[in-house]
Amino acid sequence: MTSTDPFADTVLSETPLLPAASVLRPGKSKVSEALRELHAYRELAFFLAWRDIKVRYKQAVLGVSWAVIQPLFTMVIFTILFGRLANLPSDGLPPAVFYLAGLVPWLYFSSTVTNASMSLIGNADMLTKIYFPRVLLPTAVAGENLVDFLIGTVIMALMAVAYGVPIGITWALWPLLMVPLFVLSLGIGMILAALNVRYRDIRYVVPFGIQILLFATPIIYPASLIPDKYQILFALNPLSGLIEGFRYALNPTSMHWDLFAASLATTAAVFFGAWIFFSKSERSFADHV
Amino acid sequence: MSSDIAVHDISKSYRIGGQVNGTLRERIMEWATAPRRAMRASAPSIWALKDVSFGVAAGEVVGIIGRNGAGKSTLLKILSRITQPTAGKMQVRGRMASLLEVGVGFHNELTGRENVYLNGSILGMRKREVDRRFDAIVDFAGVETFLDTQVKHYSSGMRLRLGFAVAAHLDPDILIVDEVLAVGDAGFQKKCLDAMEGLQSGGRTVLFVSHNMAAVENLCSRAIWIDGGKVRLDGQAKDTIRAYMESIAGESAGGTELSDIEHRIGDGAIRFTRVEYLAEDGTPCLLTRCGEPLRLRLHYRAVRTVQHPSFGFRLLTGLGTLVTESYNLLHGTVVDRIAPGVGYIDVHISSLNLLPARYWLSLWITDEAGSHVYDGDVRTVLEVEPANIFASGRLPDARQGIVFFPQVWTQPVSVSDA
Repeated sequence: MTSTDPFADTVLSETPLLPAASVLRPGKSKVSEALRELHAYRELAFFLAWRDIKVRYKQAVLGVSWAVIQPLFTMVIFTILFGRLANLPSDGLPPAVFYLAGLVPWLYFSSTVTNASMSLIGNADMLTKIYFPRVLLPTAVAGENLVDFLIGTVIMALMAVAYGVPIGITWALWPLLMVPLFVLSLGIGMILAALNVRYRDIRYVVPFGIQILLFATPIIYPASLIPDKYQILFALNPLSGLIEGFRYALNPTSMHWDLFAASLATTAAVFFGAWIFFSKSERSFADHV
Repeated sequence: MSSDIAVHDISKSYRIGGQVNGTLRERIMEWATAPRRAMRASAPSIWALKDVSFGVAAGEVVGIIGRNGAGKSTLLKILSRITQPTAGKMQVRGRMASLLEVGVGFHNELTGRENVYLNGSILGMRKREVDRRFDAIVDFAGVETFLDTQVKHYSSGMRLRLGFAVAAHLDPDILIVDEVLAVGDAGFQKKCLDAMEGLQSGGRTVLFVSHNMAAVENLCSRAIWIDGGKVRLDGQAKDTIRAYMESIAGESAGGTELSDIEHRIGDGAIRFTRVEYLAEDGTPCLLTRCGEPLRLRLHYRAVRTVQHPSFGFRLLTGLGTLVTESYNLLHGTVVDRIAPGVGYIDVHISSLNLLPARYWLSLWITDEAGSHVYDGDVRTVLEVEPANIFASGRLPDARQGIVFFPQVWTQPVSVSDA
């Protein structure tokens, strides 16, 4: 009998639910309160990411193999097309490793931005039925994609070893560089997710934008190929410096530190802007979605 | 922890018309072609809530009643922080959980077990907490044997039970509940009501929105009647419910004017103007009797051409329990288009199998998919009078329930003598 009584359980709970005292005034939200709330809801971000990973890898064969096939096949095509046929330079790295080192972060970026941009409208029922910090939805996507990134990293490392790329201390930069990449992808994903709630055509623009960006970023070519006078323009794309950083981790010979510094600065600016834009728009998500 | 809610002059406006979900391209074109107009662009807005104020003391169980579209849902959404008020402020002391729908975030591909954790987490529970209450949750839902089955294989009833079970094991100071009790089988409804009563005795503050007046009266000491976005009455549950029911009972059977009904929803492209109750021969009937044929003649006026409309009605008991909902498409009658003007559509009911009582008809017209509402929540009374339907001289009455089935009883058949 007692077990069927849902409220017999009187153990004190540490439920976050909602903060002990919350005053809501339209148009006001404090940073500290937002952070406290995020902390209280951190498990939900984890659970949302876990849900998507679970669902994705439930069809185990397709799920895991996709994470392997995607970077591997793209790399093979790039190697043949751009390495062999177009004879683009690969900055002293074996072409296979060169392309993988660009592709693994790139695939993380593109799938995080694409999926995060759909994360709000894809969970409309949650937005209209329950309160939680909305930013958790795109964040969960960025977290979920780390699994693919990890798998891609392992493939790349194996390839690098197989091609005789010397293992060095700079390899440790690889996971560190993940931090700005995560922040950048999430920031752009957040902006697009918020816009997607308001404007129906965003979802068609995103894949197109991603495609353009692939060519505007040193994935299929090294940054050194860009003439000096265009370097400034090039530096506006925060992905450029990050991708160069990922390559530097494997091949610590030359590095465009200025490009890298510009990338970090732009990344921080993008994320800051995204945070403000998202907080401003999230008030009306439930009304529009 | 003590808890309370204070709501001060909360208002919420929604834009109507205009493009709520336009495209970015359209917006850019607007700005490019007519920047001044775009700047001033203020689509007409309606107030879903206007200057709503009330307080709820710790441990109070308050019912919120009112017609569809009166602003109840908006109020709940503001209280549970899903949407923000346009003006006003509110203060909430205590941990709050809102339950506007059970099973939010359930994923079909995941198992029952996985969904319990996911849903618990969405509702604000820690994993440790779910761990601790897991057995009780499963027990409450009665789905032990299907725990490791994907939820997509669950029946809707099982899904619902599991969803409610998770919610029932939240341990908030303040619980906001919307209508979740309106679903599920009778046994489970009872369980939910018991759980709600447990909430009441547990000293929690509960806000409960429902169309089920019996439930509100049972559970709540106080009720707030929201009408047209304002608090119409705030007082003892019994008094508020009575006043509410009386206000919507202003009409009589026979033929009822519908044009002047306020608080209806929909964009008004086509609206109901009148409903007539006719006998099978087409003459107006003064009394609608149980067991007799009835023809509902729904008059409408269309102000513009409407393609593939869907006409429908919901039949509700006096306490607001849904008896049945029906619409033309359900019965295979496809209406191609309605030209601007007036007209009517008939619904032939071969036998009105309702026990005598006062019912509500709530009429609506939507597009084919049911997503766009032209007219809705048009309520009118249907008074069903007793009749000697069984030719037995015994009249059926409302104590026997809501509906009756045509049936024949045989004489007992003796199988063997003692």
